[in-house]
Amino acid sequence: MSDAHALSHASPGDNRPPLQFLVRGEHHPQNATLLGFWIYLMSDCLIFACLFATYGVLGRNYAAGPTGADLFDLPLVAINTALLLLSSITFGFAMLEMQRKRLNGTLLWLGITGLFGVAFLGVELYEFAHLIHVGAGPQRSGFLTAFFALVGTHGLHVLFGIIWLATLMVQLRRHGLIPANTRRLFCLSMFWHFLDVIWIGVFTFVYLMGVL
Amino acid sequence: MSEHHHDTHDHHHEDGPHSSFKGYMTGFLLSVVLTTIPFWLVMADVFENRNITALVILGFALIQICVHMVFFLHLNFHSEGGWNMLALIFTLVLVFITLAGSLWVMYHLNHNMMPGMMHEHNLSP
Amino acid sequence: MFDQLDLTTLLFGRLTWESFPYHDPIIVATFVVVAIGGLAMLALVTRYRLWGYLWNEWFTTIDHKKIGIMYMILGIIMLLRGFADAIMMRIQQAIAFDGSMGYLPPEHYDQIFTAHGVIMIFFVAMPMVTGLMNYVVPLQIGARDVAFPFLNNFSFWMTTSGAVLLMVSLFVGEFAKTGWLAYPPLSGILQSPGVGVDYYIWSLQIAGVGTLLSGINLLVTIVKMRAPGMTMMKMPVFTWTSLCTNVLIVAAFPVLTAVLGMLTLDRYLGTAFFTNDLGGNAMMYINLIWIWGHPEVYILILPLFGVFSEVVSTYSGKRLFGYASMVYATVVITVLSYLVWLHHFFTMGSGASVNSFFGITTMIISIPTGAKIFNWLFTMYRGRIQFEVPMLWTMGFIVTFVIGGMTGVLLAVPPADFVLHNSLFLVAHFHNVIIGGVLFGLFAGITYWFPKAFGYKLDPFWGKVSFWCWLVGFWLAFMPLYVLGLMGVTRRMSHFDDSSLQIWFQIAAFGAFLIAIGIAAFLFQFVVSYRRRESLRDTTGDPWNGRTLEWSTSSPPPAYNFAFTPQVHDIDAWWQMKQHGFQRPQAGFLPVHMPKNTGAGIILAGISTVLGFALIWHMWLLAGASFVALLAVTIGHTFNYKRDYYIPADEVARVESERTRMLAEHV
Repeated sequence: MSDAHALSHASPGDNRPPLQFLVRGEHHPQNATLLGFWIYLMSDCLIFACLFATYGVLGRNYAAGPTGADLFDLPLVAINTALLLLSSITFGFAMLEMQRKRLNGTLLWLGITGLFGVAFLGVELYEFAHLIHVGAGPQRSGFLTAFFALVGTHGLHVLFGIIWLATLMVQLRRHGLIPANTRRLFCLSMFWHFLDVIWIGVFTFVYLMGVL
Repeated sequence: MSEHHHDTHDHHHEDGPHSSFKGYMTGFLLSVVLTTIPFWLVMADVFENRNITALVILGFALIQICVHMVFFLHLNFHSEGGWNMLALIFTLVLVFITLAGSLWVMYHLNHNMMPGMMHEHNLSP
Repeated sequence: MFDQLDLTTLLFGRLTWESFPYHDPIIVATFVVVAIGGLAMLALVTRYRLWGYLWNEWFTTIDHKKIGIMYMILGIIMLLRGFADAIMMRIQQAIAFDGSMGYLPPEHYDQIFTAHGVIMIFFVAMPMVTGLMNYVVPLQIGARDVAFPFLNNFSFWMTTSGAVLLMVSLFVGEFAKTGWLAYPPLSGILQSPGVGVDYYIWSLQIAGVGTLLSGINLLVTIVKMRAPGMTMMKMPVFTWTSLCTNVLIVAAFPVLTAVLGMLTLDRYLGTAFFTNDLGGNAMMYINLIWIWGHPEVYILILPLFGVFSEVVSTYSGKRLFGYASMVYATVVITVLSYLVWLHHFFTMGSGASVNSFFGITTMIISIPTGAKIFNWLFTMYRGRIQFEVPMLWTMGFIVTFVIGGMTGVLLAVPPADFVLHNSLFLVAHFHNVIIGGVLFGLFAGITYWFPKAFGYKLDPFWGKVSFWCWLVGFWLAFMPLYVLGLMGVTRRMSHFDDSSLQIWFQIAAFGAFLIAIGIAAFLFQFVVSYRRRESLRDTTGDPWNGRTLEWSTSSPPPAYNFAFTPQVHDIDAWWQMKQHGFQRPQAGFLPVHMPKNTGAGIILAGISTVLGFALIWHMWLLAGASFVALLAVTIGHTFNYKRDYYIPADEVARVESERTRMLAEHV
């Protein structure tokens, strides 16, 4: 009440320049895609938090079955970790090429990144196939259920990342490094590095601590 | 709040962070080191006490996550007017609540309701 | 699973003629009514050649205002279904005494209470809250649309897709008999081998995608698209509460997705997350689902707190009392809502230390909530209150919600909860806060913003009839449940032995009938208002002498919302503009950059419905095909780079001069 009065009484006799209530000319809101995608990644992060929590709770319920120490093949995990790390740096190189507006260089490094991703998935599938073959499938115990769910969800993300990467490569070839495409590249780059971050949690919390 | 509203028409250049070769290589080398040490600690059985190993490798994981955030995800307090960082901190708090809360709740539950099935004593395989 | 792969199973999975409940007269009668109504609707749309109009102007629209309205329509339709379930339960419990089993067999009754809960939370409250935010937030912050208009359309259709799947369960197969959160092991494959839980899972997962995306969308819209000058502490309170709600959506719904995903794996692949054997832990499901579930109740109530704030200050003719404390209270509730989830299962047995922690955090939440109540009261204090219908809902809310809040604090005391857990006291408590808070708020919001959306006010007489029926009906329907709960009656019972309890259930049933009249009056209000629309017309765009920017545009607003982006200097931006004698510009209009309509959203959601149906019935061939189609359409959509167009300056000038003419005629 008092505010309203103050305003209406103040304005007529006031010497200050009148307030502008409209933006003159065209108004461009900022592009929101990168923030939006970052928020999506945060929500994805919480899906992984649930899977980690479930692994934390069920991770030692072996149901008289095999334990992590029996099953995990650390050299294989090390290879997988190396593949993912390498794919991260090659994606970085692709982004640097993009900054220099070099389409072919970008495509080349993206291709290499995709190959590393495929190799990672190949190794992971081999590991899963091996585990199932020795009778340690996801139905065996609470521990293996939580293990397959967590690692498998990460793998599924990598798979979708690869599909996205392939799609984006086609789009880059077709339209070049236009703003819409560089924005998509930034998003995919965040997605890819985010999967790396999740993998750090996986190899530490699941594999390394699992064989302790 | 920073106000970029009156920027020029062609404003896509402000999209995304600017990255450098040096930054990516630093991040890569750091993460190679930070990955190798925990693998070595576990595979070579460096510490007698498994709990110490666990704590140390968890520490390395946290450092490596920060390295990735800074050098690969280019996170800082300025991008998107600080909203990226705010979102991340909020998420990390929730991740902590979800993880620690679930473990705490479920540990006490098992302790009270299924005392025969507690696993403290069979940590070692 | 794959051992009998003959063609019929491959095509139809477990769907057989026996899956259709043609032997149940209630369902058959419902089906006949729905089918006749649906056919009549289709015939009318065809008769008046409305398909093109609906498709071009509504189904494929990316206009946040139209999407908001469609959300509201979805919510109201589902409210009718959810309420039909409610009144069936009330009748059943009022007559099933002294050896009578009532008219609903337990297995049907169990589906009804599950469907009632699921529908009311996910397909009534959520769509209506989202619809309100969708409609109002961009207008309040002076934006032309949301940050991701296509995603907005897609989110709406995904929510609808989930609702469609749930409705299909009424006539094809069955719905879950597990209660609205489907606790395992009851919801596991051993105890619930049918399709009911699968309908539950897939309709929530599909709708959940929509909810999450719309949460991200609105969150980013508020962060990025505010008019220049509107700093965080100058945002309207409804926008603030919407921001916090969307933060909660983004942070909570992934948990639901994850936990339902685990339940799905248990049911489809035989994993051991929540099983009784092989090291599974059913309590982990309850723990996780409440990590989502508690923030969910704040997702529902926070935006309505915003609505009440707008309504109270508008109809008291005053600036909102304690704007900053309102904002801080909202933020505190947002954070605290993550620290209380265990109060839903104190009786699980986590022990004194855990229970007391969660009991205390729960009680702390009542402090910011109480601050809000006082802010509203102080806003009304010495204000010039106009008793319009939204204000009635607000005052009904304050009284009702305070009672509900106090019973909530009672339940937050772990020893008291041990007595009251799963009793009708609990049922009365959450209906008290959800009806008294969420629904009253929605009705207040609908009445308040209806003239903005449609250009004419709602008829106040029928609004008042609806209000009084709801208010009295609510008290009659739920106070007896408090009494019964204190006497130890548990929830989800289909019949009773102790006939001394019957009178309370009969009173509750009477209350439910009053609420039915309230709903009828609410619907009738639309009809009456439409017929009287000329006398209820709002020509000014500002029928209530409002304070925020949505009232600065015409009613209904043009497609582009604002011909010029507003420059904000004050919390009550439009009020300040009016005080300074703001004049609308008559010339100098520029072309407006707008996103283009697209059918991708409805197509993707349609395919998702088919995918969900196929997964529920184990039709693996169809599931595979629709998944591939989903992926292909999604990728195909990303190849469309031409997503926007310009509304020419001439067109803007024409619309704006039309408004100038209208304003001049009616001053």
